Amino acid sequence: MALQLPRDWRLQAQRYRLLGAKCRGCGRVVVPIRPVCPGCGSDDVETIKLSGRGEVYSYTVMYKVPDSFERSVPYVVALVRLEEGALISAQITDVEPEEVVVGLPVEVVFRQWRQYGADGHIVYGYKFRPAMPGMNATQ
Amino acid sequence: MVTSRQDCRTVYVVGVGQVPVGEHWDKSLRDLAVAALRAAVADGGGEAPGALMLGNMLGSTLSEQQHLGALIADWAGFRGIEAASVESACSSGAAALRQGYLAVKSGEHRLVAVLGAEKMTDSVNGLATAGLAMAADAESEAAIGLSFPAINALLMRRYMHEYGPEREDFAAFAMSSHANAVGNPNAMFRKAVSQKACLLAPTIADPVTLMDSAPMADGAAALILADAETAARLGRTGVRIAGSAVATDSLALQDRNELLYLEAVAASTERALAAANRSREDVDFFEVHDAFTIMSILSLEAAGYAPRGEGFRLAQEGVVVRGGRLPICTMGGLKARGHPVGATGVYQAVEAALQLRGAAGDCQVEGARVGLIQNIGGSGATVVTHVLEAE
Repeated sequence: MALQLPRDWRLQAQRYRLLGAKCRGCGRVVVPIRPVCPGCGSDDVETIKLSGRGEVYSYTVMYKVPDSFERSVPYVVALVRLEEGALISAQITDVEPEEVVVGLPVEVVFRQWRQYGADGHIVYGYKFRPAMPGMNATQ
Repeated sequence: MVTSRQDCRTVYVVGVGQVPVGEHWDKSLRDLAVAALRAAVADGGGEAPGALMLGNMLGSTLSEQQHLGALIADWAGFRGIEAASVESACSSGAAALRQGYLAVKSGEHRLVAVLGAEKMTDSVNGLATAGLAMAADAESEAAIGLSFPAINALLMRRYMHEYGPEREDFAAFAMSSHANAVGNPNAMFRKAVSQKACLLAPTIADPVTLMDSAPMADGAAALILADAETAARLGRTGVRIAGSAVATDSLALQDRNELLYLEAVAASTERALAAANRSREDVDFFEVHDAFTIMSILSLEAAGYAPRGEGFRLAQEGVVVRGGRLPICTMGGLKARGHPVGATGVYQAVEAALQLRGAAGDCQVEGARVGLIQNIGGSGATVVTHVLEAE
Protein backbone atom coordinates (compact mmCIF):
# COMPACT_ATOMS: atom_id res chain seq x y z
CA MET A 1 0.00 0.00 0.00
CA ALA A 2 1.35 3.38 -0.98
CA LEU A 3 1.70 6.15 1.61
CA GLN A 4 -1.76 7.72 1.37
CA LEU A 5 -1.36 10.64 3.77
CA PRO A 6 0.85 12.90 1.61
CA ARG A 7 -1.28 12.08 -1.44
CA ASP A 8 -4.53 12.94 0.28
CA TRP A 9 -2.96 16.14 1.65
CA ARG A 10 -1.74 17.07 -1.84
CA LEU A 11 -5.17 16.54 -3.41
CA GLN A 12 -7.07 18.67 -0.89
CA ALA A 13 -7.58 21.63 -3.21
CA GLN A 14 -8.99 19.40 -5.92
CA ARG A 15 -11.35 17.65 -3.52
CA TYR A 16 -12.43 20.52 -1.25
CA ARG A 17 -13.01 23.23 -3.85
CA LEU A 18 -14.71 22.27 -7.07
CA LEU A 19 -12.24 23.76 -9.55
CA GLY A 20 -12.14 23.27 -13.29
CA ALA A 21 -9.78 24.11 -16.13
CA LYS A 22 -11.24 26.31 -18.87
CA CYS A 23 -9.39 26.54 -22.18
CA ARG A 24 -9.04 30.07 -23.48
CA GLY A 25 -8.58 28.61 -26.96
CA CYS A 26 -11.57 26.30 -27.50
CA GLY A 27 -13.62 27.08 -24.39
CA ARG A 28 -13.76 23.50 -23.12
CA VAL A 29 -14.11 23.01 -19.36
CA VAL A 30 -12.71 19.90 -17.62
CA VAL A 31 -12.44 18.72 -14.01
CA PRO A 32 -10.00 18.53 -12.28
CA ILE A 33 -7.66 21.32 -13.29
CA ARG A 34 -4.90 20.26 -15.66
CA PRO A 35 -2.15 22.17 -17.46
CA VAL A 36 -3.10 21.28 -21.05
CA CYS A 37 -6.55 21.30 -22.68
CA PRO A 38 -7.47 17.71 -23.64
CA GLY A 39 -9.66 19.02 -26.47
CA CYS A 40 -7.28 21.20 -28.48
CA GLY A 41 -3.87 20.75 -26.82
CA SER A 42 -3.51 24.41 -25.84
CA ASP A 43 -1.71 25.24 -22.61
CA ASP A 44 -3.56 28.53 -22.33
CA VAL A 45 -5.97 27.30 -19.67
CA GLU A 46 -7.37 29.14 -16.65
CA THR A 47 -8.63 27.81 -13.35
CA ILE A 48 -12.30 28.53 -12.73
CA LYS A 49 -14.58 27.98 -9.75
CA LEU A 50 -17.49 25.77 -10.76
CA SER A 51 -21.05 26.45 -9.62
CA GLY A 52 -21.53 22.93 -8.30
CA ARG A 53 -24.89 22.62 -10.04
CA GLY A 54 -25.70 20.09 -12.70
CA GLU A 55 -27.74 17.01 -13.50
CA VAL A 56 -27.23 13.26 -13.45
CA TYR A 57 -25.97 12.12 -16.87
CA SER A 58 -25.59 8.43 -15.94
CA TYR A 59 -25.42 6.48 -12.68
CA THR A 60 -24.98 3.09 -11.06
CA VAL A 61 -25.67 1.57 -7.66
CA MET A 62 -22.71 -0.28 -6.15
CA TYR A 63 -22.86 -3.28 -3.83
CA LYS A 64 -19.46 -4.92 -4.43
CA VAL A 65 -16.98 -2.18 -3.63
CA PRO A 66 -13.22 -1.64 -3.36
CA ASP A 67 -11.51 -1.82 0.04
CA SER A 68 -12.12 1.10 2.44
CA PHE A 69 -15.50 1.99 0.90
CA GLU A 70 -17.44 -0.71 2.79
CA ARG A 71 -19.04 1.74 5.21
CA SER A 72 -21.07 3.39 2.48
CA VAL A 73 -22.57 0.28 0.81
CA PRO A 74 -24.78 0.50 -1.13
CA TYR A 75 -23.88 3.80 -2.75
CA VAL A 76 -24.79 5.60 -5.95
CA VAL A 77 -22.05 6.81 -8.28
CA ALA A 78 -22.92 9.10 -11.16
CA LEU A 79 -21.51 11.04 -14.02
CA VAL A 80 -22.82 14.56 -13.40
CA ARG A 81 -23.06 17.05 -16.25
CA LEU A 82 -22.15 20.38 -14.65
CA GLU A 83 -23.71 23.68 -15.76
CA GLU A 84 -20.36 24.68 -17.23
CA GLY A 85 -20.45 21.62 -19.55
CA ALA A 86 -17.89 19.36 -17.88
CA LEU A 87 -18.68 15.82 -16.74
CA ILE A 88 -17.55 14.69 -13.29
CA SER A 89 -17.71 11.29 -11.57
CA ALA A 90 -19.05 11.54 -8.02
CA GLN A 91 -21.17 9.80 -5.43
CA ILE A 92 -24.79 10.91 -5.05
CA THR A 93 -25.70 11.25 -1.38
CA ASP A 94 -28.73 12.09 0.80
CA VAL A 95 -30.92 10.00 -1.51
CA GLU A 96 -32.42 6.54 -1.79
CA PRO A 97 -30.85 4.69 -4.75
CA GLU A 98 -34.24 4.14 -6.41
CA GLU A 99 -34.88 7.91 -6.44
CA VAL A 100 -31.96 8.60 -8.78
CA VAL A 101 -32.81 9.02 -12.47
CA VAL A 102 -30.98 10.37 -15.51
CA GLY A 103 -31.65 14.11 -15.58
CA LEU A 104 -32.03 14.53 -11.81
CA PRO A 105 -30.89 18.08 -10.84
CA VAL A 106 -28.06 17.89 -8.27
CA GLU A 107 -25.79 20.22 -6.29
CA VAL A 108 -22.40 19.74 -4.72
CA VAL A 109 -21.91 19.02 -1.00
CA PHE A 110 -18.88 18.31 1.19
CA ARG A 111 -18.80 14.77 2.59
CA GLN A 112 -16.66 11.91 3.89
CA TRP A 113 -15.22 9.76 1.08
CA ARG A 114 -13.44 6.86 2.76
CA GLN A 115 -11.55 5.69 5.84
CA TYR A 116 -8.36 3.65 5.78
CA GLY A 117 -9.25 1.07 8.46
CA ALA A 118 -10.39 1.79 12.03
CA ASP A 119 -7.20 3.72 12.87
CA GLY A 120 -6.60 5.22 9.46
CA HIS A 121 -7.23 8.78 8.38
CA ILE A 122 -10.54 9.88 6.90
CA VAL A 123 -10.68 11.36 3.42
CA TYR A 124 -13.20 14.09 2.59
CA GLY A 125 -14.29 15.59 -0.70
CA TYR A 126 -17.16 16.50 -3.03
CA LYS A 127 -20.36 14.54 -3.49
CA PHE A 128 -23.65 15.62 -5.02
CA ARG A 129 -27.20 15.52 -3.65
CA PRO A 130 -30.59 16.22 -5.20
CA ALA A 131 -30.85 19.99 -5.73
CA MET A 132 -32.79 21.80 -3.02
CA PRO A 133 -33.94 25.14 -4.52
CA GLY A 134 -33.86 27.90 -1.93
CA MET A 135 -31.52 25.96 0.35
CA ASN A 136 -28.42 26.55 -1.76
CA ALA A 137 -26.31 29.40 -0.39
CA THR A 138 -25.00 30.27 -3.85
CA GLN A 139 -28.46 30.93 -5.28
CA MET B 1 12.38 -17.47 -51.01
CA VAL B 2 13.20 -14.03 -49.77
CA THR B 3 13.39 -11.71 -52.71
CA SER B 4 13.42 -8.26 -51.18
CA ARG B 5 13.97 -6.30 -48.04
CA GLN B 6 10.20 -5.88 -47.74
CA ASP B 7 9.59 -9.64 -47.76
CA CYS B 8 12.10 -10.03 -44.99
CA ARG B 9 10.02 -7.75 -42.80
CA THR B 10 6.75 -9.61 -43.11
CA VAL B 11 5.89 -10.95 -39.65
CA TYR B 12 4.62 -14.52 -39.36
CA VAL B 13 3.01 -16.33 -36.45
CA VAL B 14 4.99 -19.59 -36.42
CA GLY B 15 4.00 -21.00 -33.04
CA VAL B 16 1.12 -20.79 -30.55
CA GLY B 17 0.64 -22.10 -27.03
CA GLN B 18 -1.92 -21.71 -24.24
CA VAL B 19 -3.00 -23.14 -20.93
CA PRO B 20 -6.72 -23.60 -20.25
CA VAL B 21 -8.27 -20.48 -18.74
CA GLY B 22 -9.66 -21.10 -15.26
CA GLU B 23 -8.95 -21.19 -11.54
CA HIS B 24 -5.51 -22.79 -11.24
CA TRP B 25 -5.17 -23.05 -7.48
CA ASP B 26 -2.10 -25.30 -7.82
CA LYS B 27 -0.22 -23.06 -10.26
CA SER B 28 1.62 -19.75 -9.79
CA LEU B 29 2.02 -16.88 -12.22
CA ARG B 30 5.38 -18.27 -13.32
CA ASP B 31 4.03 -21.84 -13.68
CA LEU B 32 1.31 -20.64 -16.05
CA ALA B 33 3.69 -18.40 -18.01
CA VAL B 34 6.36 -21.07 -18.47
CA ALA B 35 3.81 -23.69 -19.58
CA ALA B 36 2.32 -21.44 -22.29
CA LEU B 37 5.72 -20.23 -23.50
CA ARG B 38 7.20 -23.75 -23.71
CA ALA B 39 4.12 -24.92 -25.63
CA ALA B 40 4.45 -22.09 -28.16
CA VAL B 41 8.18 -22.68 -28.66
CA ALA B 42 7.54 -26.40 -29.28
CA ASP B 43 4.73 -25.57 -31.73
CA GLY B 44 7.04 -23.14 -33.53
CA GLY B 45 9.76 -25.69 -34.23
CA GLY B 46 11.61 -25.71 -30.92
CA GLU B 47 14.14 -22.91 -31.54
CA ALA B 48 14.95 -20.49 -28.73
CA PRO B 49 13.55 -16.99 -29.38
CA GLY B 50 15.87 -14.00 -29.46
CA ALA B 51 13.57 -11.92 -27.28
CA LEU B 52 10.53 -12.18 -25.02
CA MET B 53 7.81 -9.52 -24.75
CA LEU B 54 5.49 -10.26 -21.84
CA GLY B 55 2.09 -8.70 -21.09
CA ASN B 56 0.85 -8.63 -17.48
CA MET B 57 -1.30 -6.23 -15.45
CA LEU B 58 -1.64 -7.41 -11.86
CA GLY B 59 1.61 -9.21 -10.98
CA SER B 60 2.74 -6.41 -8.70
CA THR B 61 -0.61 -6.20 -6.90
CA LEU B 62 -1.64 -9.85 -6.56
CA SER B 63 1.61 -11.84 -6.84
CA GLU B 64 3.94 -9.16 -5.45
CA GLN B 65 6.16 -9.84 -8.42
CA GLN B 66 7.42 -7.47 -11.08
CA HIS B 67 10.42 -7.87 -13.36
CA LEU B 68 8.61 -10.69 -15.12
CA GLY B 69 10.54 -10.52 -18.40
CA ALA B 70 13.81 -11.78 -16.99
CA LEU B 71 12.08 -14.11 -14.52
CA ILE B 72 10.09 -15.98 -17.13
CA ALA B 73 12.92 -16.02 -19.69
CA ASP B 74 15.08 -17.72 -17.07
CA TRP B 75 12.46 -20.17 -15.79
CA ALA B 76 11.42 -21.13 -19.32
CA GLY B 77 15.01 -22.06 -20.20
CA PHE B 78 16.00 -18.98 -22.17
CA ARG B 79 18.28 -17.22 -19.68
CA GLY B 80 20.25 -14.51 -21.41
CA ILE B 81 17.79 -13.34 -24.07
CA GLU B 82 16.33 -9.84 -24.27
CA ALA B 83 13.13 -9.68 -22.21
CA ALA B 84 10.77 -7.06 -20.80
CA SER B 85 7.20 -6.75 -19.64
CA VAL B 86 4.61 -4.39 -21.06
CA GLU B 87 1.66 -2.93 -19.17
CA SER B 88 -1.46 -1.19 -20.45
CA ALA B 89 -4.15 -2.61 -18.13
CA CYS B 90 -6.39 -5.21 -19.82
CA SER B 91 -4.67 -4.58 -23.16
CA SER B 92 -1.23 -5.56 -21.82
CA GLY B 93 -1.24 -8.81 -23.81
CA ALA B 94 -1.85 -7.18 -27.18
CA ALA B 95 0.55 -4.38 -26.27
CA ALA B 96 3.23 -7.06 -25.84
CA LEU B 97 2.22 -8.52 -29.20
CA ARG B 98 2.63 -5.07 -30.72
CA GLN B 99 6.16 -4.80 -29.28
CA GLY B 100 7.04 -8.28 -30.53
CA TYR B 101 5.71 -7.39 -33.95
CA LEU B 102 7.78 -4.20 -34.05
CA ALA B 103 10.90 -6.10 -32.96
CA VAL B 104 10.59 -8.44 -35.97
CA LYS B 105 9.28 -5.81 -38.38
CA SER B 106 12.23 -3.54 -37.64
CA GLY B 107 14.72 -6.29 -38.40
CA GLU B 108 16.18 -6.16 -34.89
CA HIS B 109 15.08 -9.73 -34.13
CA ARG B 110 14.22 -12.69 -36.35
CA LEU B 111 12.40 -14.88 -33.82
CA VAL B 112 10.48 -13.34 -30.91
CA ALA B 113 8.25 -14.80 -28.21
CA VAL B 114 5.13 -12.91 -27.09
CA LEU B 115 3.54 -13.99 -23.82
CA GLY B 116 0.50 -12.86 -21.86
CA ALA B 117 0.18 -14.16 -18.31
CA GLU B 118 -2.12 -13.35 -15.40
CA LYS B 119 -2.75 -14.91 -11.98
CA MET B 120 -5.94 -13.48 -10.47
CA THR B 121 -7.15 -16.08 -7.96
CA ASP B 122 -4.37 -15.44 -5.40
CA SER B 123 -6.37 -12.54 -3.98
CA VAL B 124 -8.80 -12.03 -1.14
CA ASN B 125 -11.47 -9.46 -0.30
CA GLY B 126 -11.45 -6.48 -2.62
CA LEU B 127 -7.81 -6.63 -3.69
CA ALA B 128 -8.46 -7.87 -7.23
CA THR B 129 -11.34 -5.38 -7.53
CA ALA B 130 -9.02 -2.59 -6.40
CA GLY B 131 -6.29 -3.85 -8.75
CA LEU B 132 -8.62 -3.79 -11.75
CA ALA B 133 -9.75 -0.28 -10.79
CA MET B 134 -6.16 0.82 -11.41
CA ALA B 135 -7.06 0.71 -15.11
CA ALA B 136 -9.20 3.76 -14.41
CA ASP B 137 -8.07 7.24 -13.31
CA ALA B 138 -6.87 6.89 -9.71
CA GLU B 139 -7.58 10.51 -8.73
CA SER B 140 -10.98 11.14 -10.30
CA GLU B 141 -12.54 7.65 -10.56
CA ALA B 142 -11.04 5.07 -8.19
CA ALA B 143 -10.75 7.71 -5.43
CA ILE B 144 -14.52 8.26 -5.26
CA GLY B 145 -15.28 4.54 -5.03
CA LEU B 146 -15.83 3.53 -8.64
CA SER B 147 -15.03 -0.09 -9.48
CA PHE B 148 -14.34 -1.28 -13.01
CA PRO B 149 -17.79 -2.91 -13.44
CA ALA B 150 -19.31 0.37 -12.19
CA ILE B 151 -17.52 2.33 -14.90
CA ASN B 152 -19.07 0.02 -17.49
CA ALA B 153 -22.41 0.41 -15.74
CA LEU B 154 -22.20 4.18 -16.32
CA LEU B 155 -21.67 3.53 -20.04
CA MET B 156 -24.46 0.92 -20.19
CA ARG B 157 -27.02 3.09 -18.33
CA ARG B 158 -26.43 6.07 -20.61
CA TYR B 159 -26.59 3.82 -23.69
CA MET B 160 -29.92 2.37 -22.54
CA HIS B 161 -31.21 5.89 -21.83
CA GLU B 162 -30.28 7.21 -25.28
CA TYR B 163 -31.02 4.24 -27.54
CA GLY B 164 -33.54 2.09 -25.67
CA PRO B 165 -32.18 -1.47 -25.97
CA GLU B 166 -33.83 -4.18 -23.87
CA ARG B 167 -32.08 -6.56 -21.47
CA GLU B 168 -32.59 -9.28 -24.10
CA ASP B 169 -30.34 -7.38 -26.51
CA PHE B 170 -27.44 -7.46 -24.06
CA ALA B 171 -28.15 -11.08 -23.10
CA ALA B 172 -27.81 -12.14 -26.75
CA PHE B 173 -24.11 -11.18 -26.70
CA ALA B 174 -23.40 -13.27 -23.58
CA MET B 175 -25.38 -16.20 -25.00
CA SER B 176 -23.38 -16.06 -28.24
CA SER B 177 -20.02 -16.07 -26.46
CA HIS B 178 -21.05 -18.97 -24.23
CA ALA B 179 -22.35 -20.98 -27.20
CA ASN B 180 -19.01 -20.47 -28.97
CA ALA B 181 -16.98 -21.56 -25.92
CA VAL B 182 -18.57 -25.01 -25.88
CA GLY B 183 -16.20 -26.12 -28.65
CA ASN B 184 -13.05 -24.57 -27.13
CA PRO B 185 -11.14 -27.01 -24.89
CA ASN B 186 -9.23 -24.08 -23.33
CA ALA B 187 -12.31 -22.06 -22.37
CA MET B 188 -13.30 -21.47 -18.74
CA PHE B 189 -17.06 -21.90 -19.26
CA ARG B 190 -17.80 -24.58 -21.89
CA LYS B 191 -21.49 -24.26 -21.30
CA ALA B 192 -24.30 -22.61 -23.23
CA VAL B 193 -26.51 -20.28 -21.20
CA SER B 194 -30.21 -19.56 -21.67
CA GLN B 195 -31.80 -16.16 -22.07
CA LYS B 196 -33.62 -16.80 -18.80
CA ALA B 197 -30.31 -17.39 -16.97
CA CYS B 198 -29.01 -14.08 -18.33
CA LEU B 199 -32.13 -12.16 -17.37
CA LEU B 200 -32.11 -13.58 -13.82
CA ALA B 201 -28.38 -13.05 -13.21
CA PRO B 202 -27.46 -11.12 -10.05
CA THR B 203 -26.57 -7.44 -10.34
CA ILE B 204 -22.95 -6.37 -9.82
CA ALA B 205 -23.27 -2.64 -10.49
CA ASP B 206 -26.73 -1.75 -11.76
CA PRO B 207 -27.48 -2.26 -14.68
CA VAL B 208 -24.42 -4.54 -15.17
CA THR B 209 -25.15 -8.12 -14.08
CA LEU B 210 -22.94 -11.15 -13.70
CA MET B 211 -23.91 -12.25 -17.22
CA ASP B 212 -22.85 -8.88 -18.67
CA SER B 213 -19.35 -9.37 -17.22
CA ALA B 214 -16.34 -11.48 -18.15
CA PRO B 215 -14.98 -13.59 -15.28
CA MET B 216 -11.68 -13.09 -13.46
CA ALA B 217 -9.41 -16.02 -14.24
CA ASP B 218 -5.89 -17.38 -14.34
CA GLY B 219 -4.26 -18.00 -17.70
CA ALA B 220 -1.30 -17.66 -20.02
CA ALA B 221 -0.95 -17.74 -23.80
CA ALA B 222 2.02 -17.29 -26.11
CA LEU B 223 2.98 -16.73 -29.73
CA ILE B 224 6.25 -17.12 -31.60
CA LEU B 225 6.77 -14.48 -34.30
CA ALA B 226 9.32 -14.78 -37.11
CA ASP B 227 10.46 -12.90 -40.16
CA ALA B 228 9.82 -14.36 -43.63
CA GLU B 229 13.16 -16.10 -44.05
CA THR B 230 12.98 -17.74 -40.64
CA ALA B 231 9.33 -18.71 -41.09
CA ALA B 232 10.16 -20.30 -44.45
CA ARG B 233 13.09 -22.21 -42.95
CA LEU B 234 10.81 -23.48 -40.19
CA GLY B 235 8.14 -24.39 -42.74
CA ARG B 236 5.56 -22.26 -40.93
CA THR B 237 4.34 -19.51 -43.25
CA GLY B 238 0.60 -20.14 -42.86
CA VAL B 239 -0.37 -17.07 -40.81
CA ARG B 240 0.99 -13.54 -40.91
CA ILE B 241 0.31 -10.27 -39.11
CA ALA B 242 -0.95 -8.00 -41.87
CA GLY B 243 -1.76 -4.95 -39.74
CA SER B 244 -1.00 -3.65 -36.26
CA ALA B 245 -2.05 -0.42 -34.56
CA VAL B 246 -2.56 1.19 -31.17
CA ALA B 247 -4.62 4.27 -30.30
CA THR B 248 -5.33 5.97 -26.97
CA ASP B 249 -8.04 8.03 -25.28
CA SER B 250 -8.59 9.48 -21.81
CA LEU B 251 -8.56 7.06 -18.87
CA ALA B 252 -11.45 8.84 -17.16
CA LEU B 253 -14.93 8.66 -18.69
CA GLN B 254 -15.54 12.27 -17.66
CA ASP B 255 -12.78 13.45 -20.01
CA ARG B 256 -14.05 11.73 -23.19
CA ASN B 257 -15.13 13.84 -26.13
CA GLU B 258 -18.29 11.74 -26.45
CA LEU B 259 -19.13 9.24 -23.73
CA LEU B 260 -20.64 6.60 -26.02
CA TYR B 261 -18.15 6.80 -28.88
CA LEU B 262 -14.88 4.91 -28.37
CA GLU B 263 -12.55 7.11 -30.42
CA ALA B 264 -9.52 4.87 -29.86
CA VAL B 265 -11.45 1.87 -31.19
CA ALA B 266 -12.30 3.82 -34.33
CA ALA B 267 -8.73 5.06 -34.82
CA SER B 268 -6.89 1.81 -34.16
CA THR B 269 -9.32 -0.26 -36.26
CA GLU B 270 -8.93 2.13 -39.15
CA ARG B 271 -5.12 2.16 -38.92
CA ALA B 272 -4.80 -1.61 -38.62
CA LEU B 273 -7.11 -2.26 -41.58
CA ALA B 274 -5.30 0.38 -43.65
CA ALA B 275 -1.93 -1.21 -42.85
CA ALA B 276 -3.32 -4.56 -44.03
CA ASN B 277 -4.86 -2.90 -47.09
CA ARG B 278 -8.21 -4.37 -46.09
CA SER B 279 -11.74 -3.04 -45.75
CA ARG B 280 -14.20 -3.91 -42.97
CA GLU B 281 -16.06 -6.17 -45.38
CA ASP B 282 -12.94 -8.32 -45.95
CA VAL B 283 -12.94 -9.42 -42.30
CA ASP B 284 -14.14 -13.01 -41.76
CA PHE B 285 -14.28 -12.87 -37.96
CA PHE B 286 -13.72 -10.27 -35.25
CA GLU B 287 -12.34 -11.08 -31.80
CA VAL B 288 -14.07 -8.30 -29.84
CA HIS B 289 -13.00 -7.26 -26.33
CA ASP B 290 -16.26 -8.34 -24.65
CA ALA B 291 -15.20 -7.63 -21.05
CA PHE B 292 -18.75 -6.31 -20.66
CA THR B 293 -21.67 -6.63 -23.08
CA ILE B 294 -21.74 -2.84 -23.46
CA MET B 295 -18.09 -2.89 -24.60
CA SER B 296 -18.95 -5.33 -27.42
CA ILE B 297 -21.73 -3.03 -28.59
CA LEU B 298 -19.70 0.19 -28.38
CA SER B 299 -16.75 -1.53 -30.09
CA LEU B 300 -18.85 -2.77 -33.01
CA GLU B 301 -20.25 0.73 -33.49
CA ALA B 302 -16.91 2.58 -33.28
CA ALA B 303 -15.21 -0.02 -35.51
CA GLY B 304 -17.80 0.83 -38.16
CA TYR B 305 -19.87 -2.36 -38.14
CA ALA B 306 -23.04 -0.59 -36.99
CA PRO B 307 -24.31 2.99 -36.90
CA ARG B 308 -24.20 4.66 -33.49
CA GLY B 309 -27.05 3.45 -31.34
CA GLU B 310 -27.68 0.40 -33.53
CA GLY B 311 -24.94 -2.00 -32.44
CA PHE B 312 -27.11 -3.60 -29.77
CA ARG B 313 -29.18 -5.24 -32.52
CA LEU B 314 -26.31 -7.25 -34.05
CA ALA B 315 -26.50 -10.28 -31.76
CA GLN B 316 -30.30 -10.63 -31.74
CA GLU B 317 -30.33 -10.22 -35.53
CA GLY B 318 -27.75 -12.99 -35.93
CA VAL B 319 -25.05 -10.88 -37.59
CA VAL B 320 -22.27 -11.47 -35.05
CA VAL B 321 -23.15 -15.00 -33.93
CA ARG B 322 -21.74 -18.28 -35.22
CA GLY B 323 -22.71 -18.62 -38.88
CA GLY B 324 -23.54 -14.92 -39.15
CA ARG B 325 -21.96 -12.39 -41.51
CA LEU B 326 -19.36 -11.30 -38.92
CA PRO B 327 -18.87 -13.87 -36.16
CA ILE B 328 -17.34 -12.37 -33.00
CA CYS B 329 -15.68 -14.02 -29.99
CA THR B 330 -15.48 -17.23 -31.99
CA MET B 331 -13.88 -19.31 -29.21
CA GLY B 332 -15.91 -17.84 -26.36
CA GLY B 333 -14.46 -14.35 -26.06
CA LEU B 334 -13.64 -12.80 -22.71
CA LYS B 335 -17.10 -13.69 -21.39
CA ALA B 336 -16.84 -17.47 -21.72
CA ARG B 337 -13.21 -18.32 -22.57
CA GLY B 338 -12.43 -16.16 -19.54
CA HIS B 339 -10.57 -12.89 -18.97
CA PRO B 340 -7.15 -13.28 -17.34
CA VAL B 341 -6.65 -9.58 -17.98
CA GLY B 342 -3.03 -9.19 -19.10
CA ALA B 343 -3.14 -12.49 -20.99
CA THR B 344 -6.39 -11.88 -22.87
CA GLY B 345 -4.90 -10.10 -25.89
CA VAL B 346 -2.54 -13.01 -26.53
CA TYR B 347 -5.37 -15.56 -26.19
CA GLN B 348 -7.22 -13.60 -28.87
CA ALA B 349 -4.20 -13.83 -31.18
CA VAL B 350 -3.68 -17.54 -30.50
CA GLU B 351 -7.35 -18.19 -31.29
CA ALA B 352 -7.19 -16.13 -34.48
CA ALA B 353 -4.09 -18.04 -35.60
CA LEU B 354 -5.88 -21.34 -34.99
CA GLN B 355 -8.87 -20.13 -37.03
CA LEU B 356 -6.58 -19.13 -39.91
CA ARG B 357 -4.73 -22.44 -39.78
CA GLY B 358 -8.08 -24.20 -39.99
CA ALA B 359 -7.26 -25.77 -36.62
CA ALA B 360 -10.02 -24.27 -34.49
CA GLY B 361 -11.87 -27.58 -34.19
CA ASP B 362 -15.53 -27.26 -33.30
CA CYS B 363 -15.13 -23.46 -33.25
CA GLN B 364 -13.87 -23.27 -36.84
CA VAL B 365 -15.17 -20.38 -38.95
CA GLU B 366 -15.34 -22.05 -42.39
CA GLY B 367 -13.00 -20.52 -44.94
CA ALA B 368 -11.60 -17.90 -42.56
CA ARG B 369 -8.82 -15.93 -44.27
CA VAL B 370 -8.83 -12.53 -42.49
CA GLY B 371 -9.21 -12.09 -38.73
CA LEU B 372 -9.53 -8.82 -36.81
CA ILE B 373 -8.54 -8.89 -33.13
CA GLN B 374 -8.97 -6.07 -30.66
CA ASN B 375 -7.79 -5.80 -27.05
CA ILE B 376 -8.93 -2.86 -24.90
CA GLY B 377 -7.30 -1.38 -21.81
CA GLY B 378 -9.59 0.33 -19.32
CA SER B 379 -12.93 1.42 -20.72
CA GLY B 380 -11.33 2.36 -24.05
CA ALA B 381 -8.16 4.29 -23.11
CA THR B 382 -5.78 1.92 -24.90
CA VAL B 383 -7.01 -0.02 -27.93
CA VAL B 384 -4.69 -2.46 -29.69
CA THR B 385 -5.88 -3.87 -33.01
CA HIS B 386 -4.28 -6.50 -35.22
CA VAL B 387 -5.21 -8.01 -38.56
CA LEU B 388 -4.09 -11.61 -39.03
CA GLU B 389 -4.27 -13.29 -42.42
CA ALA B 390 -3.90 -16.78 -43.82
CA GLU B 391 -1.25 -16.95 -46.54
